[in-house]
Amino acid sequence: MRHSLSLQIGPVAFRIGSAWRAPLEALAHLYQGYPQPERICDFTVRLEPERPWRRWLRPSVAIAGDYVLPDAAPMALAHGLLAAEMGMNLQMALGQKSYLLLHAASVEKDGRALILTGESGAGKSTLAALLGERGWRLMGDEFALLDLADGRLRAFPRAVSLKNGAIAVMEAEVDADRFGPVLAGTPKGTIRHVRPNKRALAAMAEPARPALILFPRFGEAAAARGVGQAEVFMRLTQSSTNYVALGGAGFEALNGLVAACPAAAIDYPDAATAIDMVEGLWEQAA
Amino acid sequence: MSGARYVADPAECLTRVELDGLSLLFHHPSGMTHIVASPAPQILEALQLGPADGGEILARMRAWYDLEGDEAADAIDARLEELEAAGLVRRA
Repeated sequence: MRHSLSLQIGPVAFRIGSAWRAPLEALAHLYQGYPQPERICDFTVRLEPERPWRRWLRPSVAIAGDYVLPDAAPMALAHGLLAAEMGMNLQMALGQKSYLLLHAASVEKDGRALILTGESGAGKSTLAALLGERGWRLMGDEFALLDLADGRLRAFPRAVSLKNGAIAVMEAEVDADRFGPVLAGTPKGTIRHVRPNKRALAAMAEPARPALILFPRFGEAAAARGVGQAEVFMRLTQSSTNYVALGGAGFEALNGLVAACPAAAIDYPDAATAIDMVEGLWEQAA
Repeated sequence: MSGARYVADPAECLTRVELDGLSLLFHHPSGMTHIVASPAPQILEALQLGPADGGEILARMRAWYDLEGDEAADAIDARLEELEAAGLVRRA
């Protein structure tokens, strides 16, 4: 690879290689202040031309790495940053064996973690990013890593991927310097990444004990309901990318999590309501 | 009436956890997780005594639980078919 960059994000070390300079420059700016890996990287992400000659002719990025999905779509070079982010997610989702991976955002307070999980568009990233600016420590917006050995959650504070309406919400909250470029016209609409704050980066090696699981859903009238343990278990297996691959170890870890945490589904019409609901439920769970 | 006879894997093949009224079964040989309601876990327990048809399973269960009426026999036959489809029991 002509250009490369190494990054430590929580317990995982990535090396991103690229045939082009631009995506890595964008990545280096977005990930300013992240520690350098002190060992060999766990995962490699490669951004390479779809065909060799396409590096010059209407460039298009294909995502590759240790683990490759056959349908990882080539993207326009303008979205190279997004390709790098997707590549990092892909490597984690397919290759991570030390942690049960939950497609969930997480934040921490007093050593205890709140897990937010739900379908894409449920608002977990935005909610976690906002909480991260309002007294909580952002642990991650995309993957929650449940340690198979001790049942604690490890932080994975990647840049937060904001979509469409959430971009303006965070622009009002956070310094412009922490944002990546606006990526318009992606398969998920307009996307803009924001770097977690200094507190999140400084504490990325500190695990937290899971204490509450919430299933947020944006766009509905405010309502909260308890979720039974069997339903929580089932929903979490569905939100995990490696539950089946981990076998018995995944079963044990998920069981421990479900047994230890109360859970609720919350519907919310706007971010302010959601934050009030989260704080209220957190007090009840304490 | 004697129907098909079924057999289940030995107890150590299954890890069972109770979660608010439902049973979570992790089947080690397949690596699959099943969420089942009563009487499915009890049927699997009964099959630990050896291969049996629906009637024999019911007789074994009657020794352990208070079962009323004739509906239990139909329920057991229906659950056996589901357990077979899920790979938790097979024809003996």
